[in-house]
Amino acid sequence: MEALRIQNLKKAFGGLPAIADVSLSVQAGERRLIIGPNGAGKTTLFNLLTGDLPRDAGSIELFGAEVARLATHRRVHLGLARTYQIITLFPNDTLEHNVALSLLGLSRTRWNTFGRLPESFYREAHAVLARVGLETVAKRPIAEVAYGEKRRVEIAMALAQKPRLLLLDEPLAGLSREERAQVKSLIGAIPRETTVVMIEHDMDTALDMAERITVLHYGRVIVEGTRAEVVADPKTREVYLGH
Amino acid sequence: MRWIVAIALPALLPLVAGEYYINLASQIVIFAVFAASINLLLGYGGLPTLGHAAYLGIAAYVSALLQLKLGFGHWMAAPIAVLATTLMGGAFGLIALRATGLGFLMLTLALSQVLWGTAYRWVSMTDGDNGLRGLARPAPFGLDLNQAMPFYYFALLIGVVSIWLMARFVNSPFGATLKGARDQPRRMSALGYDVWLIRWIAFVYASFWGAVSGLLFVYYHKYIHPVSLSLANSAEGLLAVIAGGSGTLAGPLVGAAIVLLLKNWASAYIERWNMLLGFVFVFIVVFMPEGVVPGVQRLWKRFVSRT
Repeated sequence: MEALRIQNLKKAFGGLPAIADVSLSVQAGERRLIIGPNGAGKTTLFNLLTGDLPRDAGSIELFGAEVARLATHRRVHLGLARTYQIITLFPNDTLEHNVALSLLGLSRTRWNTFGRLPESFYREAHAVLARVGLETVAKRPIAEVAYGEKRRVEIAMALAQKPRLLLLDEPLAGLSREERAQVKSLIGAIPRETTVVMIEHDMDTALDMAERITVLHYGRVIVEGTRAEVVADPKTREVYLGH
Repeated sequence: MRWIVAIALPALLPLVAGEYYINLASQIVIFAVFAASINLLLGYGGLPTLGHAAYLGIAAYVSALLQLKLGFGHWMAAPIAVLATTLMGGAFGLIALRATGLGFLMLTLALSQVLWGTAYRWVSMTDGDNGLRGLARPAPFGLDLNQAMPFYYFALLIGVVSIWLMARFVNSPFGATLKGARDQPRRMSALGYDVWLIRWIAFVYASFWGAVSGLLFVYYHKYIHPVSLSLANSAEGLLAVIAGGSGTLAGPLVGAAIVLLLKNWASAYIERWNMLLGFVFVFIVVFMPEGVVPGVQRLWKRFVSRT
């Protein structure tokens, strides 16, 4: 079954095509890496998939359902989750409250205007933070934790929603070698029920994590295949590896 | 404990204060409910409104017109006025929430100015600049509210219930989503929240409490004038929230007290009391930009840590 199917997707900013014409398909459970030089349209593609940006043309199917016209929050309720390249958390709230907000997003409790946020949300948030190794700092505000920990909170918030399709936008960006290893093993432990599509610049690390790789250049898919196929393709070497 | 003190102190006021101060306290309670309803939007929703007097004024006008033109009693007029105003808030929210930030501010201002202009010009209905007179206070369960003290306790009761319900609202799961939509709207959408709907519900809820303050307002004054719908009234409410501390429960109450004490008390002794009001706001913004309540808390923590 296809987790994601994109056909002839297009998006331009003021006449400049960021996504010129992208068609691709990701199978359920797959680990897909999207690479490409700066300005290739990788993050724009994610923003179109989530609905952060409206598309100009084309279709986006999520587990067989056309979602291109749906608002972002509706796509999330169909099983889509994402992390951001630039960390987007609630800096004054604790780590556990950030994750609890993520859990609340898919719960009917979010419409409760009178009661308190049930303790069960914090217990579950604590469990998710334990999965990413942050249970000891769960009660600290986001503003007081290190950058690498914030990255892991981003991933924890996405994982808390038990998504069917997870979009990771440069999850290793700005991390130390040790932190990269932690986040890499965290991504490696994501269950197969969750399809993972990841943008990453660090080729050495990212290539081992993907089963298939899509190379974007000037808003078009120029190469797609396994690691060996993509690395061997002269177009990849030309646009991405630089020789 | 804090709640008990916060209720007990004002409840004891009539035992030590004269009629003038009891009436002033009634006005502060009414204005505090109004400011707290603005705080729902500004402090918890990040939506700066300059048109909130519309809800106070319309509820007051509807209640007054139902009594004067149709002969309705308070038990009928009050819920109809609140319901009509809340429905209007729902419709205004559909328009105003097409924007955020300055755009939202301008739309709320424009909508309230339409109502203010209508109240001025529709003389056959509102008696224009003369306002609507000859209104009576309600007499719940036969209790005469025409004296200062019973009206004060009536206003205080409604005020306490209003503030308590608003406190429950902002501390609820929905309140958490409202604050999330204020701080990171894009992230909230990516977590599955309908940010627009969250803001609209908060807008409607705030207009409901604005309407409640309008009822208290018209009961207190027994008179309603277009100025109650004016930009100046909205701005005073907004200033009370900013001065007291937006996004805090106590802030609007303290802000309302500051504004009304300066307006009523200082104006009795100082001819240019508007200038004093301006200086006080400048002082607050310069030395406690987060507002008096958070500012005093910050200074107190610093004092305690030093000692």
